Amino acid sequence: MLEVNLARRTPAIRPAAVASAGPIRIAPETGEGRLSFRAKAKALGGREDVAGFAVDGAINSRKSDGDTASLRLGPDEWLFICPEGDIDDAMSAIERAMDGAAHSLVDVSHRDVTFTVSGQNADAVINAGCPLDLSLDRFPVGTASRTVFGKSDIVLARVGHHDFRVTTWRSFAPYVHGLLLDAAKDYAG
Amino acid sequence: MSQPFRLPGGGRIDRSKPLSVTFNGKRLEGYRGDTIASMLLASGSHLAGRSFKYHRPRGILTHGSDEPNALLSVDWRPEKGAGRRDPNNRASVVEARDGLSVSTQNHWPSLETDIGVVNDLLAPVFVAGFYYKTFMWPRSFWDKVYEPVIRRAAGLGEAPEVPDADRYANRHAHCDVLVVGAGPAGLSAALAASEDGSKRVMLADEGFALGGSLLQDVTSKIDGQSAAEWVEAAVAKLDARENVVILPRTTVFGYYNHNHVAMVERVSDHLDEARDGLARERLWQVRAGQVVLATGSHERPLVFENNDRPGIMLAESMRAFVNRYAVAPGRSLVVATSSASAYRAALDAKAAGIATRIVDIRLEQDCGPELAQARSAGIEVLTGHTVIKALGGKRVKGLVVAPLGNGGAIGTRRTLDCDCVGMSGGWTPSVHLFSQSRGKLAFDAELDAFLPGQSAQAEISAGACHGVYDLKAVIEDGAKAGGGNITVEATASFTGFQPVRVLPTDVDPGKVRAFIDFQNDVTAKDIKLAVREGFTSIEHVKRYTTTGMATDQGKTSNMNALGLVAGVLDRPLPSVGTTTFRPPYTPVSFGALVGPARDELFDPVRKTPIDAWAEANGAAFEPVSLWRRAWYFPKAGEDMHAAVQRECKAVRTSVGIFDASTLGKIEVVGPDAAEFMNRIYTNAWSKLKVGGCRYGLMLREDGFVYDDGVVARLAEDRFHVTTTTGGAPRVMAHMEDYLQTEWPDLDVFLTSITEQYAVIALQGPNARKVLEPFVTDIDLSEEAFPHMAVREGYICGVPTRLFRVSFTGEAGFEVNVPADYAESVWKALYEHGKQFGITPYGTETMHVLRCEMGFIIVGQETDGTATPDDLGLSGLVSKVKTDFVGKRSLTRPDITAEGRKQLVGLLTKNGQEVLDEGAQIVADPSAQVPMPMLGHVTSSYFSSNCGRSIAMAMVKNGRARMGETLWVTTPSGFTEAVVAPAVFHQVQGAKADA
Repeated sequence: MLEVNLARRTPAIRPAAVASAGPIRIAPETGEGRLSFRAKAKALGGREDVAGFAVDGAINSRKSDGDTASLRLGPDEWLFICPEGDIDDAMSAIERAMDGAAHSLVDVSHRDVTFTVSGQNADAVINAGCPLDLSLDRFPVGTASRTVFGKSDIVLARVGHHDFRVTTWRSFAPYVHGLLLDAAKDYAG
Repeated sequence: MSQPFRLPGGGRIDRSKPLSVTFNGKRLEGYRGDTIASMLLASGSHLAGRSFKYHRPRGILTHGSDEPNALLSVDWRPEKGAGRRDPNNRASVVEARDGLSVSTQNHWPSLETDIGVVNDLLAPVFVAGFYYKTFMWPRSFWDKVYEPVIRRAAGLGEAPEVPDADRYANRHAHCDVLVVGAGPAGLSAALAASEDGSKRVMLADEGFALGGSLLQDVTSKIDGQSAAEWVEAAVAKLDARENVVILPRTTVFGYYNHNHVAMVERVSDHLDEARDGLARERLWQVRAGQVVLATGSHERPLVFENNDRPGIMLAESMRAFVNRYAVAPGRSLVVATSSASAYRAALDAKAAGIATRIVDIRLEQDCGPELAQARSAGIEVLTGHTVIKALGGKRVKGLVVAPLGNGGAIGTRRTLDCDCVGMSGGWTPSVHLFSQSRGKLAFDAELDAFLPGQSAQAEISAGACHGVYDLKAVIEDGAKAGGGNITVEATASFTGFQPVRVLPTDVDPGKVRAFIDFQNDVTAKDIKLAVREGFTSIEHVKRYTTTGMATDQGKTSNMNALGLVAGVLDRPLPSVGTTTFRPPYTPVSFGALVGPARDELFDPVRKTPIDAWAEANGAAFEPVSLWRRAWYFPKAGEDMHAAVQRECKAVRTSVGIFDASTLGKIEVVGPDAAEFMNRIYTNAWSKLKVGGCRYGLMLREDGFVYDDGVVARLAEDRFHVTTTTGGAPRVMAHMEDYLQTEWPDLDVFLTSITEQYAVIALQGPNARKVLEPFVTDIDLSEEAFPHMAVREGYICGVPTRLFRVSFTGEAGFEVNVPADYAESVWKALYEHGKQFGITPYGTETMHVLRCEMGFIIVGQETDGTATPDDLGLSGLVSKVKTDFVGKRSLTRPDITAEGRKQLVGLLTKNGQEVLDEGAQIVADPSAQVPMPMLGHVTSSYFSSNCGRSIAMAMVKNGRARMGETLWVTTPSGFTEAVVAPAVFHQVQGAKADA
């Protein structure tokens, strides 16, 4: 009998690929589910959250609550993050919560790859390819923005003073990973 | 003693750290804190290179980055092997380190004996514009003789021949104030700017020690401290401030818009041990709120016969070698000057025990207090004297001087024996970066200099580059630029000079070789010749004579050249113009500019989730935009042709499997999704049922085909749009553009899902059999799941959007699965498909199969000027929709006119002959040239399924030419082909839409 229900995930960057370049840690996040949520203000009607995902943050902010997070990337655009196993439930809950109001909800869990870049000088490593001002007062903890890293688009979020998340499309992940590892060489000694 | 000219005490060298380098194969000794130039002088040698054009022996002219002569090839880590050598390093700024291997350039067989010196004897031939005048004819010599000869003779240094083995880093940074230059003005500016701890201040200096001119100042007192103490205290204070970043060895070389400043930091060349992975250089891109330019000034040489002899250097540079490097440039010194500042150099040299005399062009009464001070120190000063010429060849042996009389008369010559000369013709503020910032220069006649005028950006100049030369004023000016306001007490500096362009002489100036531009070997008489020949703008003189066009950008020569041109024309200097300063300020290595963008980090190489399987299974790849795609899968012994023919056959006879993951995919969601689709595409979408697919055609506003692809309706308010691989980003941008600017009222949102789903295409009569066992929750029967339909369900236990579509004409499916599952699903299908002879195929086979069916590829059949009707696709253009992008343009007269190129098939008379894609098509090959062209071949393949070659072409009035024989260009002439419908293959049995 043919076994047919055995599909396994093959991530773009194997989780084993952790670089501890001195004090800097660069590692792909695993088990992260991601949803692209779009809705205009009139559809949200001033609500603070949709099924537990915050929608009241400022543009370019990241709000987190336990193992979920909401990144507001534009006036009508959010990236919701939750454990990958919760994706189906989260989607149903969001659809219910929106109750027919105009919106778009698309599962992009497999589209994106997120890296943790953390440790002293993590900001300098990101500044090797990203032109944003990452000083703590200009890019405080809780900031998230679509930007570039070298020749790749990324979404950059700061979750701690020395703790960043770099999200890119799957096929750009090896490039972003390689450029991060290269930049970290400056701080290996 | 190997350093016979090293002074017994003083200097900023670390005598506890001796070191040696290899200089032209010989050992050269020095200390930490030395440059190669100071080590060479300590050894007693000035000879450091041969000149560019005449191969004249040249010495060390300066102590800084303006050095035009002493250019070295440096192997930075010879012990680590090849790839670490670069040419044209200035000996005056190469920081000495144990183990460097340096060599001089532009000579053969050796520095001492150089054959090229014959050029010097032929100098009367090599006048300005020599190339333009000489290498004009015969024309046949251009490629064969002149160019190779000139190429061999031209250029300085040898380009490296192996890839650079070093790593280069890149870094973006932001600050509130960037101070460029850490001399007295820059340090003072940085101190003032950083007093407010909330301001981020960066201080960059090209040197390895901070202090600028104060590094060679052993006499000035600032607020009771010595210059050295003041620098040390300033640096310590800055160092202690958290808000200050100090970057020595960092050259600001480019000043761009919005205070975007580029600089290069030399990170590791000076380190005895550089750990693996440490960058050699780092490119900084700084966005500064405010830029303070404290870049100092450049000393001008004096222009007299043989002023380029080794041993003749700038006076302030001589002072730097004596005071900073503790090196005597000679035993017997003559300082020739028209500037007060050179007296300080003479006094310091005298104090260091060097026999010193001064020749001053200025008359006694024009000199300041410096004159009395020099005389009271026992220095002989000849005022009102000109320098006629220098004596000596590879080393200066004396200066011939003569008193200047009334009315230009020149008195009796006198020879001053010497082995070194310090010269000064005054000072030129370094306005390079200010000029790069697009600020306007203003000429100050009093200072005989262009100074920063109107700023174009948030920038301010301070100190010598601002025309401020007195030390007290320099420090106060710096503080002001940094936002402070201080008063200091400082020793008065000797300032002021009398501009002289070319020193008066008692011989025919037309016979005198007095150098203006040392690096490009331009003499005063070359410039005079250019002016005589009618060049009156400095921009023209510059290009004709090449003055100021060498890698030093004329730092030492520009003002002398400008002044000379103005003098000959008898016009005020500013009316001649000033040259434009362009980045980089000093040469920058390609490595620093490239940074990490090399090898696998040169560009992102996008790979699909199935790429690893394809690679393991022997695929040949081709790049398609940033993607690498499997091109074909050759078996052992197969060439591309054989592999593609086998793959094509397999798809039509059994089943093929193809990775279509790179297709662009956009999820269009919202209550107005169908309306949006109606406006963006030419087709009508309202009637497409949920679960149905439709081929869509998209135009630009001009009516030409922009992209195409299959669109599936997943729900009333949800479409799954596919685009071409290369078109994905621009289609997304096109859609967003219309949505945001034209139709913000539509409630619809676009999300790229290109990389969310991998796409596995199964095509061929057995496709369904391969698929069937793995699919759950979808009825695959023909009735339940017809051609051009989409279903959502599961494959191998994971969610799929399963499309029943075909780009081959065969029955086929495209399996969309979340990307991380794709490899696993692919392998399951492939293993199960083996019993049907499943054949993986690549893009080439895909192209052949679709051509057999006459399916177009946007970008191959179209070139941005094809309308739907040109492609035979007018049926896809809705006649009932009130509007869509491009609709209005389709009624333009030229779009509806007769005679447009139309898509047709072409069949060569000889079925084995495959036309060239891009080949031109004509009706009559014997027509007169230029012969009327009817069109060109867009796609051409050999088709094993058709048993012959097939081609598509865009041909004028093509559809009316069916059966007509036309002529198509080949590499050797023309061949005949017959116009036919662009459908070549009739699918047997289970067709796509059966």
